[in-house]
Amino acid sequence: MKLVKSLDKSLWVFHVNSGSCNGCDIEIVAALTPRYDVERFGIKLVGSPRHADVLLVTGPVTKPMRERIKRIYDQTPDPKVVMCVGTCGSTGGVFYDSYTLDGPIDDVIPVTIYVIGCPPRPEAIIDGVVKAWAKLEELRGETKKKEGKK
Amino acid sequence: MNGMDILMAVIGSVLVMLFGIFFGLVFKGIDRVLSARMQARIGPRVRQPFWDVGKLFSKENIIPENAVKWMFSSAPVLGLASSAVMLLYLPLGPLAPVLQGHGDIILMLYLLVIPSLAMVTGGFASGSPYAAVGAQREMVMMMSYEFPLAAVVVSIAWKLNVFGIANPFSITSIASNPIWMNSGILGIIGSAILLVVLIIVTPAELSKIPFDAPEAETEIVGGLLAEYSGRNLGIFYLADAVKTIVMGALLVAIFFPWGIAGIVGLAAGSVGAIAADIAFFLLKLFLVLFVSVTVIRTSFARLKIDQIVYTYWAPLTIAALFGLVLIIWDLNLLGIEWYPQVLGGW
Repeated sequence: MKLVKSLDKSLWVFHVNSGSCNGCDIEIVAALTPRYDVERFGIKLVGSPRHADVLLVTGPVTKPMRERIKRIYDQTPDPKVVMCVGTCGSTGGVFYDSYTLDGPIDDVIPVTIYVIGCPPRPEAIIDGVVKAWAKLEELRGETKKKEGKK
Repeated sequence: MNGMDILMAVIGSVLVMLFGIFFGLVFKGIDRVLSARMQARIGPRVRQPFWDVGKLFSKENIIPENAVKWMFSSAPVLGLASSAVMLLYLPLGPLAPVLQGHGDIILMLYLLVIPSLAMVTGGFASGSPYAAVGAQREMVMMMSYEFPLAAVVVSIAWKLNVFGIANPFSITSIASNPIWMNSGILGIIGSAILLVVLIIVTPAELSKIPFDAPEAETEIVGGLLAEYSGRNLGIFYLADAVKTIVMGALLVAIFFPWGIAGIVGLAAGSVGAIAADIAFFLLKLFLVLFVSVTVIRTSFARLKIDQIVYTYWAPLTIAALFGLVLIIWDLNLLGIEWYPQVLGGW
């Protein structure tokens, strides 16, 4: 897995709804509007997980969605980042321990960044992206160190 | 061709391809920034497409299990190669085409089909229902925009033929005898109609909004490209960039082939003159593409595939044929004494 610097500057996002109430989804759309305009950072919403670098997962993962989420995760080419948007996906939120759920999301797929809020404001989502950059930077540092040791 | 010519052609092809890729990506960046400004956004940097390509080439290249593997992987290369081949037949400002005298505009009409055909092959080979739907739509769209495009080409060649110019279909003779020359008021109007038709055909050739039904992200998850990832997607991205330059260069060669060096007063053939002409050519190219890609893409929403077919078969074909009729009338009227003076009053 190669982490090039261009990855930070062009994160293509695929949005997965795992049974969310649409609140977080609306806030994600709000982050794309002219007011917040995440295209400034090269972030683009794409239609297929094959094109994506970031999976933006919302919702507490209902039982039928478990397999689908896993498949979408596998369909995304490496290197990839998973961002969990909203309290539901991070902890279960008000649906905690419900018999209809298989979540939260990190029980199903590995999550890189958690954005808390019900729903989180677009600023919080953009902050999550900044954290993802920091994480990628860290990972790049580690791979460099490993190569250096060799 | 002797050995030297072939060597020059090979070097020229590589340079022209690099030219196409570089300026194609630059235009994509300018397009995204200007489109963002028109929507009251700030938009990405101009070099954003370079980062996109860099990232795509570094990513994992997934070939789906039920794809026809050799077809799936060769389609992007075919798309990029055929787009680059078209640039070899087009004059790039003051620079004559690399393969001058080997092909004409009829060949261009056929070559323009190949990148779309490569995408269709790739779409069908990827074994995804979304890609299959996208490929079908792309084929329908190819059938619909061919007719107005052919009508434009025929009008231009017909006019050159009437004036007794040798090889009326050759791109070099089209570029050296612009369609606006030797015409009265009706001919100017007819040529302007043909220009508008070609400007509206361009976004369909490039699958840009409002004619992006084959790649509609929001309804068929990227359509033709749905299963492509990593390097293959990156090559398609480059092919799209090169084809954008091809369509722009074609429009410039047919309608705006003039240079600037003579007007500014630089001696023909000097380094300064060539540099000025190249800069002017790029300016014309970006202006034409700005109108036909950016403005149209920002101001309209996606059309359904049946609406696309209707747009091309009914209004645009009629408009192109009307333009042809105007040009024919114009040439018939030029013999009448008062007619050429209509424009003289301006």
